[in-house]
Amino acid sequence: MEHSVSIKDLSLNFGHVRVLEHLNLDIDQGEFLVLLGPSGCGKSTLLNCVAGLLDVTGGQIFIDGKNVTWEEPKDRGIGMVFQSYALYPQMSVERNLSFGLRVAGMKKDEIDRRVARASEILQIEPLLQRKPVELSGGQRQRVAIGRALVRDVDVFLFDEPLSNLDAKLRSELRVEIKRLHLRLKNTMIYVTHDQIEAMTLADRIAIMKGGVIQQLDVPSVIYNKPVNLFVAGFIGSPSMNFLHGEFTGGASPKFVSQGVNWDLKGYETLPSTGADKRQATIGIRPEHIAINDEAKSMPVTIDVEIEVVEPMGSDTLGWVRIGGESVTFRVASEIDLQVGQKLTLGFDPARASVFDGNTGERL
Amino acid sequence: MTDQAISSPAAGMATDVAGPAGPKPKRLTASRVGVYAFLIIAALFFLIPLWVMIVTSLKTLPEIRLGNLFNWPSDLTFDPWIKAWTTACTGRDCDGISPGFWNSVKITVPSVILSVFLAALNGYALSFWKYRGSELFFGLLMFGAFVPYQVVIYPLIIAFREIGIFATLPGIIILHSIFGMPILTLLFRNFFGSLPGELFRAARVDGAGFWQIFVMIMLPMSVPITIVAIILQVTGIWNDFLFGVVFAGRPNMPMTVQLNNIVTTTTGIREYNVNMAATILTALVPLAVYFISGKWFVRGIAAGAVKG
Repeated sequence: MEHSVSIKDLSLNFGHVRVLEHLNLDIDQGEFLVLLGPSGCGKSTLLNCVAGLLDVTGGQIFIDGKNVTWEEPKDRGIGMVFQSYALYPQMSVERNLSFGLRVAGMKKDEIDRRVARASEILQIEPLLQRKPVELSGGQRQRVAIGRALVRDVDVFLFDEPLSNLDAKLRSELRVEIKRLHLRLKNTMIYVTHDQIEAMTLADRIAIMKGGVIQQLDVPSVIYNKPVNLFVAGFIGSPSMNFLHGEFTGGASPKFVSQGVNWDLKGYETLPSTGADKRQATIGIRPEHIAINDEAKSMPVTIDVEIEVVEPMGSDTLGWVRIGGESVTFRVASEIDLQVGQKLTLGFDPARASVFDGNTGERL
Repeated sequence: MTDQAISSPAAGMATDVAGPAGPKPKRLTASRVGVYAFLIIAALFFLIPLWVMIVTSLKTLPEIRLGNLFNWPSDLTFDPWIKAWTTACTGRDCDGISPGFWNSVKITVPSVILSVFLAALNGYALSFWKYRGSELFFGLLMFGAFVPYQVVIYPLIIAFREIGIFATLPGIIILHSIFGMPILTLLFRNFFGSLPGELFRAARVDGAGFWQIFVMIMLPMSVPITIVAIILQVTGIWNDFLFGVVFAGRPNMPMTVQLNNIVTTTTGIREYNVNMAATILTALVPLAVYFISGKWFVRGIAAGAVKG
């Protein structure tokens, strides 16, 4: 199958600053791809390059098999939604939606048909005659999505569309964007720094740092098998626990930390991992830690004392110290944790991730 | 701690504890009185010349010779105003100041429209369509704001003469537009610079080009700053004397030049009442602009002061 969007060897410099370097990315037809990363990682820059709002320094961009590297934004077959909505303040919602079509000189009845369809999909029909200032943030963002919708394009670009909304609206609109994708089946590229948005929306996530894609995979693999320390630490809230120690590879890999011997039976080391002994970091997700009775059946157990308890409502977080390092674990909220309580934590090495101490790469 | 323990002192507060409660009372202090007294005196001080002008313009010449500068005219007359407007001598011609008024209108209106439009376009291009050297260009343009007019007058006369627009109406209009450019471009560039860049990018994705974005999106948004620019230009060009006297040409002399000719006429008697009436008539347009648009005017000055 032909790729919907294909980015080949893309580079972009701002003066002497290299923002993107030799970046390659193929996005399938109808795929929902999320570009995720901390601010300044180049994810919005990459999106602007795809949109044609930034001239690239090197490389090519293909949309639907057509080389659009030098094309104007309007000729690329894209629609874009911005973080600040970017609605034209002097125009009514209807005229905001139809602006691009009017500029293109489309016939009136076709414009009306498309505006009607988009406003029906987004349920903004009652708002059509209003000005943007008279709309709430959520309504404004719907109109902004509608503006991309009427253009009847193959590829939708979202640049942190939910970042300006409050938490409740954000989760509502998140579901709506997902519904929209299920209904339209367009290719969507979505930039965000919010990992929840990334995990819930994406078919695949591309985690970026320093202009380089660190890992490109389905959300569950990104979450459970991060390729390096950066990805492991960035994804997950509360974030992954890290313990430093020594790793020995070979047929029966071992990890020793704080005097505790971790038998890494069931942990799939990468084929490239050598047998030699080296500094390493083991990462365990808070929800993969068992306590008390359940912990006793686990391959690795450690006795600890609770320092801090954080009840979150749906579950409870416990903070403990193992050696000098702080570790969190997550339990159901029915379990009553007390500060100072002594208990046993159980770890399953099969669900952990081990990273090289020097390179931070997964072992 | 129980709920009881928390709530009981709070309940007692309203009744037991005396102290500030509710809105802070406003008191008239001595320093307040002093401030207001000073402001009133200052206002009177600056209003006295205007008062003298008005009453003098309404007096007959014999009454003016009596002195009594501040008195309300005993023999009220509007003849000086009529004379100033229709028959006062401005050099050789004795048509009053009215031809000057219309000349000023003919100079001001096209100059304001042309300069504001060009400055808006400049500011828009410099904010959103940056090109190599656009910052340098803007810097050079700003340099123009600091050039004293007197320094460039002679070269300009030669240049305008060579082009063939010296002492013509189009010539003076072009000149005013050029000299309005630096400060007006600054005004518009700062305004457009404060708009979200995503608005421009959204319009580009929507397929709008340079002129479509300018006319359909940016201009409708820039009404406030355009009003400020118009005020600055109307008052500036209307009050201009130097360019008018040098570049307008004899048939196009603006009101300020003709006023000067009336006031400084050295033959015959000095008609103070006519002079005063002519002066007030000339100042009427900027004065009206101040009064009608005071809020915008202050905003314009602030925009220039803070951002410039």
